[in-house]
Amino acid sequence: MAAQFIDQFAKNLAPDTRAAVYDGSKQGHEKRTKLLFDTYADPDRLRRLAGEIKQHVLENLDTYLPAVEAKLLANGAQVHWAATGEEACAAVLRIMQARGAKKMVKAKTMVSEEIELEHYLDKQGIETLETDLGEFIVQIDHDHPSHIVKPIIHKNRREIAKSFEREGLGAYNDDPETITRRARQFLRHKYLAADVALTGANFVSVESGRLVIVTNEGNSRFCLAATRCHIALVGIEKLVPQDRDLGLLLNLLARSATAQQLTVYTEFVSGPKAAGQPDGPEEMHVVFVDNGRTDVLASDCRDILRCIRCGACLNVCPVYRQASGHAYRSVYPGPVGAVLSPLLAGEKFPELADLPKASSLCGACHEVCPVNIPIPDLLLRLRAKGKAEGAPLAAAGTPPMGAWAWLASQPTAWKAALFGGKMINYLPTKLLPIPALRAWESKRSLPEWRGGEFRKWLRNRQRP
Amino acid sequence: MNAARRSPFAAGAGRRVQLMATCLCDAFYDDVARATVEVLEHFGCTVEFPEGQTCCGQPAFNGGDWPASRQVVRHTVKTFAGEAPVVVPSGSCAAMMFHGALLEFEKEADLPEVKQLANRTWELADFIVNGLGVKTWPGRFDATIAFHRACHTRGTGTVDAALGLLNSVAGLKVVPVGEVEQCCGFGGTFSVSFPHISANMGELRLEHIRAAKPDLLVSPDMSCMMHLGGLAGKEGRPIKIRHFAQVLRDALKNGGLL
Repeated sequence: MAAQFIDQFAKNLAPDTRAAVYDGSKQGHEKRTKLLFDTYADPDRLRRLAGEIKQHVLENLDTYLPAVEAKLLANGAQVHWAATGEEACAAVLRIMQARGAKKMVKAKTMVSEEIELEHYLDKQGIETLETDLGEFIVQIDHDHPSHIVKPIIHKNRREIAKSFEREGLGAYNDDPETITRRARQFLRHKYLAADVALTGANFVSVESGRLVIVTNEGNSRFCLAATRCHIALVGIEKLVPQDRDLGLLLNLLARSATAQQLTVYTEFVSGPKAAGQPDGPEEMHVVFVDNGRTDVLASDCRDILRCIRCGACLNVCPVYRQASGHAYRSVYPGPVGAVLSPLLAGEKFPELADLPKASSLCGACHEVCPVNIPIPDLLLRLRAKGKAEGAPLAAAGTPPMGAWAWLASQPTAWKAALFGGKMINYLPTKLLPIPALRAWESKRSLPEWRGGEFRKWLRNRQRP
Repeated sequence: MNAARRSPFAAGAGRRVQLMATCLCDAFYDDVARATVEVLEHFGCTVEFPEGQTCCGQPAFNGGDWPASRQVVRHTVKTFAGEAPVVVPSGSCAAMMFHGALLEFEKEADLPEVKQLANRTWELADFIVNGLGVKTWPGRFDATIAFHRACHTRGTGTVDAALGLLNSVAGLKVVPVGEVEQCCGFGGTFSVSFPHISANMGELRLEHIRAAKPDLLVSPDMSCMMHLGGLAGKEGRPIKIRHFAQVLRDALKNGGLL
């Protein structure tokens, strides 16, 4: 059998990394479940309702996007539309150049990872600094996030302490409080020196044009307090129809993501600093990013765009727990990533066509999803797409099914095979040229073949 | 999920059911199919076994080869023609019929025929409890069991139904097992194309199961049992696996009812 990349990655994962990812995600899942079921009698109803709200947005994006643009403009923000990642990067650059800005402080945004903004700005001589602690550590290590919510779930504090020592942030000390204090001390001055703040948005209300940004460190608030210009990078699917929908979605997001009733900071940003307000950025830009989302919307996997990036599906996923996020070779890992990443890859879909196969289709991801995305169904559709398009990575390691389908459509041949299969009870299976059988037997024993015995019993018995 | 909580039988049709034995029972676990017949007959069902049956089509469906899978599903639809409920002693094969097949036939002209079969397909425990209305089980079975949920029963009535029946059996004790939402690692072709992750998933389940110290491991799906039993057997620490139908059948026997 051709080895699957994700399986190999899991096999070769350093024991420390595997333990960090496994323990972190398992705890995340357990805390989430406890809190949700402690608070709500029937969280499943809330998940379904939230899913319907987000699906409604997707079904009506054509009217909601112009509506939110009008609202944002009325609120004094400027709106930019980016069809691709490059366009989004260029829009950010233009905004900065118009102000002569050279330094950016960033709050956590997955879409900036998706469009590789930091790399782009770096080439233009612009300094970007991650202010979320996890993302800051990723940045100084020239690493990549391995989890949507906990970007450094794959690291332990000893590694982080070494990185801090290497970067001149103090002598080795792996006490988490010390690490946090040192990052805070380092970052404080940087906020004040920056020209522009970049954030994402967890939700944007069409009704009010409010951007909602949640953090646990207050770093986005520092970003906005210290700079004159706020740029928000927002995927076009982030809309909610009304402010009141936020009550449900914020409650589910915090519980699903970090097992909190509410994140420590929940900011509602309605526009730039208004006349008479003492502080806040005087310019606010919202860059709406498509970057493949319209194609996803047009596909039979539209539902994945409901995702609110909570990471609950990663935490519960038995494959993610063992493989870690980097195994998925893309910005979005885990079950949601196995659907979203190949889709967002567009023409490069074949390069990620193996991701949808990295699942036993156990459905735990669907069961925990706060917006009730039927992830296993979408994985299956992408498997069919990969096979239909002849993507080599989709075919690798999955035996051809044509002969089997023929056999399973011919009852006489099927019955003969049931009887003939008994040979595997007597033959040394190690010598049989059946790769799937060998792969099975490398880890498990095979039960006794009893093909046809049930049919024989049925024929010969006395009916009651 | 077979959400219909109506009588599964057409008026005046008697208690006639069609048994979909599943290919695993056809090839390996004949006693599970036999136990299924015996428990259904105990509650007055007439069990028919369409001889032409093969497989539900799931291997190719999960493997992404939908044209091949549809070929097999079409054969199954033809084989199980009629109005009688189709009862399946496997959460996974049942879900293939009432959920998976609908997905791969979404754009096919014969979707209505597939739907017709989907609407009368039942997983066994769901059928006994929610179809036949049997809530408690007679007889006796002296054992401590661990129950593995089988992932394809998520969102269906199966787990509550099976646990309700098992808990009602005299002498039988169901012990709690950790992390019940976690998969055994089988996943069909997943088990052979992702052997490392798959086996580790199974080992994690086995750890929880062994910690509960059951006499038997019981499930509504023999594919999970084949995987967990196979892993335990390979490492020389075998566990006793059973389908819940076997437990229910043996309870009848022990109680002198069969």
